[in-house]
Amino acid sequence: MIEELFSFSFFQRAMLAGLLIALCAALLGVNLVLKRYSMLGDGLSHVGFGTLAVSAAAGIAPMAVAVPVVILAAFLLLRLQSSGRMKGDAAIALTSSSALAIGLIAASLSHGGNIDLHSYLFGSILAITKSDLWICVGLSIIVLALYTLSYHRIFAITFDDTFARATGLRAEVYNLLLALLTAVTVVVGMRMMGALLISSLLIFPCLTAMQVCKSYRGVVLCSAGVSICAFALGLVASFWWDTPAGATVVLANLSGFLLFYLAGHLRAQK
Amino acid sequence: MNLITVTNLSMRYESRTIFSDLSFRVLEGDYLCVVGDNGSGKTTLIKGLLGLKQPLAGKIELTIDRNEIGYLPQKTAVQSDFPANVREVVASGVLNRLGLRPFLRAEERTTVQKNLQRLRINELQTQSFRALSGGQQQKVLLARALCAADRLLILDEPVTGLDPQAAAEFYRLVKELNQSGIAILMVSHDIRSAVRYANHILHLGQDSAYFDTTEHYRNSKYYQQSLGV
Repeated sequence: MIEELFSFSFFQRAMLAGLLIALCAALLGVNLVLKRYSMLGDGLSHVGFGTLAVSAAAGIAPMAVAVPVVILAAFLLLRLQSSGRMKGDAAIALTSSSALAIGLIAASLSHGGNIDLHSYLFGSILAITKSDLWICVGLSIIVLALYTLSYHRIFAITFDDTFARATGLRAEVYNLLLALLTAVTVVVGMRMMGALLISSLLIFPCLTAMQVCKSYRGVVLCSAGVSICAFALGLVASFWWDTPAGATVVLANLSGFLLFYLAGHLRAQK
Repeated sequence: MNLITVTNLSMRYESRTIFSDLSFRVLEGDYLCVVGDNGSGKTTLIKGLLGLKQPLAGKIELTIDRNEIGYLPQKTAVQSDFPANVREVVASGVLNRLGLRPFLRAEERTTVQKNLQRLRINELQTQSFRALSGGQQQKVLLARALCAADRLLILDEPVTGLDPQAAAEFYRLVKELNQSGIAILMVSHDIRSAVRYANHILHLGQDSAYFDTTEHYRNSKYYQQSLGV
């Protein structure tokens, strides 16, 4: 059964692209969760949905519009968070629902003609084309390289922004870098996972790893591993049971979280 | 030698001017405590000294490089459940010595170990930062500040939230560092400990400031008033 699955080229593409996105999302998610930006991914995916729906209704290539718009949204949301004029979580909630509403209205005005709402919202495994796969490969090489090279500095700005800036680190640059990489990961990943579920790839692995790991390095490595395993298991299971891929991956992540939570709990009692 | 000379400095917090015409200096080997009520601008002053905030008017002259200043900021909410071990936290203090290199070299790792030993926390290095007591956490952050610099330490309310015993131990440790030649600039709420340990006091009042030696400060109306309240 599983061998048969891997013989389908669309399945191979989905698996490879998904694993790469899961890996990038897990690494970036550690910093989002620890900096209390957990909902940023959720806000960005809604903006991504709105943009995709509007550009599809207008007949423009969706990805070419979505990537810059979501990057812009990420910058603005982070700027709002640091300026203190509006609370970050309120800003994200406002943005999410507005973008979702705009997308739904755009879709209904175009009479649903060429827009597959269901696949935008909940993802589709068939959505991964050859060029999407190359985008995923390129993206993950960039994320992994930048992440590895700035590993120590990203730790410093995540743990203590003020200290990092006082010792001459250009914290804004690294915050913008993280926002940019997150935005691209969300847009690329939402095709498969769906706008409503992509943010789980960002936050679940880190929360899972934090249940058992004591060091930052441990959390980073563990969430990468957890994310890859959960995605592979979830995707195979979704074919097995004929369930939606995105939702099954989220449930695999949830199972992983519960398992690690229990393990952390048992270890604490010993 | 003057490490920091501040002349006629004015700074604002949000849109309010919180102090103006402030002048003081920090000498090599000094122990200066900055005291004053909440909202008198102590933390803003420190951000100005560190170059994180621009002054409204006046001058801040540093005869040492900003990279030679170690800083212990106030604790943030993020740190209370952050998964990191002690060594990782202390190692983030040497990043300003890396230049463009992405990773630590052997000599920077030695600096980390040296400062862990100096504050007698080397046996804690693989322990989780969030699981430590408040006093131990402050020692770890002090070690990180020492990694960043060893001529001047700026400490922002380092004993807030510590129990009396841990606070006393922290003060002793800072005094030790001061006696080994490091200048200290400490923001504090605790005026009694300030006059006990520091040799200079800067008192930020509502509309005026006082800067002099601790001895003179003891006889000033600023000290009398703040003890009287």
